[in-house]
Amino acid sequence: MDHGPAVQHEEDHASGYKTKIGLILFAVYGIIYAGFIAINTLAPRLMEKKVIFGLNLAVTYGFGLIVLAIVMGLVYNWLSTKKENQLKAEREAEK
Amino acid sequence: MIYDPSILATVLFAVIVLAVLGISVYFARQSKSSKGYFAAGGTIPWSINGIAFAGDYLSAASFLGICGMIAVAGYDGFLYSIGYLAGWIVALFVVAEPLKRLGKYTFADALDSKFNYSGIRLMAGISTLVVSVFYLIPQMVGAGALVTPLLGFPHWVGVIFVGTIVIIIVATAGMKSTTYVQFIKGGLLILFSTIVVISILSRGLSTEPSDDYHKFVTLTGDVSGEKLTTVDQAGYKIQSQHYEKGYHFVKLEKDGISNWWKVEGSGSQVEIKEALSIVKTSSGEKLYNGAPKEERKFYPVGHASVIRKDGKVVESTGRLNIFSFFRVLQESEIVRFTKKTFNDGQDSVSLWYQNPTPGNEILRPGLKFKVDKGSTPLSKFNFISLMIALFLGTAALPHVLIRYYTVPSPKDARKSTILAICAIGFFYILTLFIGLGAMTNGVLDVESSNMSAPLLAKSFGLLLFAIISAIAFATVLGTVSGLIVAASGAVAHDLVDSLFKHKKVSDDKKVKIGKISAVSVGAIAILLGIIFKGMNVSFLVGWAFSIAASANFPSIIMMLFWKKTTGKGIVASILTGAVSALTIILLSPSMFERYGLDKSSAPFALDNPAIIAIPLSFAALIIVSLLTQKKKEAKA
Repeated sequence: MDHGPAVQHEEDHASGYKTKIGLILFAVYGIIYAGFIAINTLAPRLMEKKVIFGLNLAVTYGFGLIVLAIVMGLVYNWLSTKKENQLKAEREAEK
Repeated sequence: MIYDPSILATVLFAVIVLAVLGISVYFARQSKSSKGYFAAGGTIPWSINGIAFAGDYLSAASFLGICGMIAVAGYDGFLYSIGYLAGWIVALFVVAEPLKRLGKYTFADALDSKFNYSGIRLMAGISTLVVSVFYLIPQMVGAGALVTPLLGFPHWVGVIFVGTIVIIIVATAGMKSTTYVQFIKGGLLILFSTIVVISILSRGLSTEPSDDYHKFVTLTGDVSGEKLTTVDQAGYKIQSQHYEKGYHFVKLEKDGISNWWKVEGSGSQVEIKEALSIVKTSSGEKLYNGAPKEERKFYPVGHASVIRKDGKVVESTGRLNIFSFFRVLQESEIVRFTKKTFNDGQDSVSLWYQNPTPGNEILRPGLKFKVDKGSTPLSKFNFISLMIALFLGTAALPHVLIRYYTVPSPKDARKSTILAICAIGFFYILTLFIGLGAMTNGVLDVESSNMSAPLLAKSFGLLLFAIISAIAFATVLGTVSGLIVAASGAVAHDLVDSLFKHKKVSDDKKVKIGKISAVSVGAIAILLGIIFKGMNVSFLVGWAFSIAASANFPSIIMMLFWKKTTGKGIVASILTGAVSALTIILLSPSMFERYGLDKSSAPFALDNPAIIAIPLSFAALIIVSLLTQKKKEAKA
């Protein structure tokens, strides 16, 4: 039995662009996540500090990381879809 | 704690089980080929797959484990939510689409498609099996914890029950039914968890969580030297005393019942505070607060001792919103129950004493993970290791990876991942409310934190408890099904192909082998689920993440982004990551405790291996790849 792709799909011309965008977004999130670990480890009492709506830094940063993941996911999808559509339109125009 | 089986919960539970079995039978007809069985034919719409992703990922660890850990250790439990969700960033931005472009059924396929080196398939298959089994343990422990209050069965019966149902599901229908089960339960879990959170906020906080909440008694007494000599209140007789690292516990007898208390204060006048205790006598009898379990003297606990709202001390707050809930908690004082174990003559005592904790300490790290008071460089290292494992482990989990193959295209893989992040992220925000709600609503069973969320739901009515318990049970079924499909896929495709390289194994035979594997893996999971009874399920899942991150993550990343990676390098990486992670876990303090040995005698003081095992795995891949470059070039 072969172990190739389960479903044949069109060649992905936007893969290079998406990889680049993905790695940039990953790096940004990774830095913010590392900052969270660093504060928790090195200065955990800083997390008591009230930041917004009376919430402390721990809750704000924690919720912020979750919301940021959602927002970044949507941005990535928007950029990727836009590029895919743009390249598709260009290729169809060439034909 | 004594649980009364609920007829309503039993009926709903039966409905869920029958519905799941019905879906399995329905989809069994569509899963005859191996493509259908292992990857649902690659035909699942992205929207269904996205919620199924959430249903798969929001396992017993998320719902039972995280909520339980927050209920016991506050914000530290929520760190698991943050880490679990952050892991999806790696999955989405780095792994989802490239892997979808490469693979077919399993993680090994993706690796093998690039290198065509038979050792990869064998190693990746073994790694998938090991990670799946480690992930299965907490699911089965969660199943046992759930069935006890739901149906009144002992833990082991619950584990066998769940294991059997899941084996039937997976062995009959495979990935398609698993997907739809996960889709339904994922949606229901998020919906009803939202209802629980709304109920928590509507109720607000109160120093007396319910009318029947036990009122803990405080006595006074005199101390001479270190010893408690008299109790001021009439009727109490001092029977025994225990001192340990600044703690002073005393056994008092009243009306023929003996129970343990905690002595607090300095000077000759002290306070004696009621505790919860389980005493195992030399004859094997177990006494709960001095009486047999059936006498129900072992109470559910967790309450606010002081509530401050807008700077004023109040007895109850009334309705709160999502912000004022945290503001009030931050300013208040919550009574947690902290465990101590010791021997009193021939008796073995487990005692939970009242530990009033300021809200600001509950809402910041430090109660479970030693990053503040009592921290050492090693304890901080342990914490960082866990957070790295959670971040990097998600993208390397076999049952997550397998979901990329159930959708038609890379675009669908991306969209379903984003939908999963939205659903999972929303749920994880809810966990902090649910966990803190359980901590303050007088529902905690100190013997097992895993039941915190369902018991909190019970405080809002039997119907909500029945629904939440049934969903939690479906949660276990869904996740266990996904894991067993992943594990059986690894056996049928990877191990069989490696072991029978020169013999073509037919498609039908592979499905058969997959089904036999599903039964075997299920049986192993049942056994381990019984052995690991009582451990927090989220803590156990942390190990699965560590092994996945150590064994699989370096090879996935380097395969995708380092051109010099070779097949032998991949094999070395998986082997090094898996062996080092497993070795550290098996020789860790937590496992030593499980073996019944002294924690401090464990050779590795680290509970979370990722911080050591991941770099080792990367190093092995780089070194071996560089050493085997010539062969690769010659082959090319």
